[in-house]
Amino acid sequence: MMPRPIFGLGLRKPHYAEFLSHKVPVDFVEVISENFMVDGGQPRRILREVRERYPVALHGVSMSLGSADGLDPAYLARLRALVDEVDPLFVSDHLSWSRIDGFSAHDLLPIPYTQEALSVVCANIDRAQAVLGRTMLIENPSSYLAPGPAEMTEWAFLEAVCDRTGCALLLDVNNVFVSAANHGFDALAYLDGVPHARVRQVHLAGHSQGEHLLIDTHDRPVPPSVWDLYAYVLPKLGAVATMIERDDDIPPLAELLGELATARRIAAAGIRRAA
Amino acid sequence: MTLAATQRAMRDWLTAGEAAGFGTAAAPGLAVYRNNHRAALVACLEAGFPRTRAWIGDDAFLDAVIHHIGRIPPSSWTLDAYSEDFPATLALRYPDDPEVAEIAAIELALDRAFVGPDSPVIGVDNLSGCDWDRAVLRITPTLELIDATTNAFELWELLCAGAMPPDAAPLDTPRVLFVWRQAGIARIRVADSIEAQALRRVRAGLPFGDLCAHAAEAFGPDEGIRRTGGWLGRWITDGLVCAIDNDRSIP
Repeated sequence: MMPRPIFGLGLRKPHYAEFLSHKVPVDFVEVISENFMVDGGQPRRILREVRERYPVALHGVSMSLGSADGLDPAYLARLRALVDEVDPLFVSDHLSWSRIDGFSAHDLLPIPYTQEALSVVCANIDRAQAVLGRTMLIENPSSYLAPGPAEMTEWAFLEAVCDRTGCALLLDVNNVFVSAANHGFDALAYLDGVPHARVRQVHLAGHSQGEHLLIDTHDRPVPPSVWDLYAYVLPKLGAVATMIERDDDIPPLAELLGELATARRIAAAGIRRAA
Repeated sequence: MTLAATQRAMRDWLTAGEAAGFGTAAAPGLAVYRNNHRAALVACLEAGFPRTRAWIGDDAFLDAVIHHIGRIPPSSWTLDAYSEDFPATLALRYPDDPEVAEIAAIELALDRAFVGPDSPVIGVDNLSGCDWDRAVLRITPTLELIDATTNAFELWELLCAGAMPPDAAPLDTPRVLFVWRQAGIARIRVADSIEAQALRRVRAGLPFGDLCAHAAEAFGPDEGIRRTGGWLGRWITDGLVCAIDNDRSIP
């Protein structure tokens, strides 16, 4: 049987009750791993209850895969415990760094696309996958500067990471749009160049115009520009999991389900065209 | 620059505003990252200490947060941990107003209790057959004891209720605040220092029989038994006791 595309939403606090009180029409939910990497209490209880009703993807923001001084073993141990409890659909984090010499930036900071950085990222992913006992999905970040001269494109870097580590990709289409605008590259060239067979999941979100740059804010609906890129790339990807990310100014669940219906329509049209 | 040097340069930019080696074209992006970094820390402390903020006012709170960000860079993978040292920063910043740090300590302890380790709870039904001479009470791992020197608890309660709190005042007799989680809810209550000392000893492993003996020595046999019985009953009903070890092999 051919795999089918699946569609999910980020699980956010304002919607906990709805997800737990009745069956929301999603194929999976995605949670921010760190919000549940606590010792116990209500967050873990809620996650267990959600897991009884929906497949769960764990999406991290603090692994710091680009850290030159390696990964935090305490972080990995906690994530492993959560993975063991949840048995997630996916475990993902970003192609970025946030920690160096014990300092933690709590942001997704950009790495230079160099051979040195490639070696560091691959070593860190190898370690993470060994500790977690599963393949990770790596997400392309939004970025606001290039932290040094690049030796390759971001999509070539991602392809090399996948080839060396066996990891898969979480393709954030909004991040492609934001970074393309901020760095002046062609978003379609990115979507053509990224290794399609490695993509397991797609993120869709909204962004804002800052003073000089586009900012990945996740505080508004998916804009037409991002839907267009999604429609462009989806037929190349096959059956992947698509998710709407909304982290700020969170609307009623029905509004997000409406966006998810749009994603389903685009995916169905893409499959018809491909057939 | 090597990757490590680039990352240290970014750290220096985020923490001290010293940008080196990124070039002028990077200026807008550097500004975005520094703003993101500081906004995340400010939001973390605003979310964690709403009553403290209400007590000292928005401007003073923001001053304290900025002072804290300069004093202690974040070091943990979890942003929640950034709250841990904020009461200490407030104690340094408000040496003559100890209630400020004490209100913050209450808020921090309640947040920690909310996500502290899960544990079973012993109820009154579990007490039959217990050998109280040898019994060692295991106390819930979420329990935190705060030594209070001011009326911070009353101030915190009124701030939670949105009521106008009275002036801060020192206590005639220092007391201890118990903070823990019971049935999924973070709880707090006031205890006197004698009960707190007893609970600290029990948590450290003192058998209940020895606690009774100490109480009898301090207060006389009848009063000692009355007090320890009262404490035990309250600890059980509060959900503070998660197990009773009753190992009869202990000599």
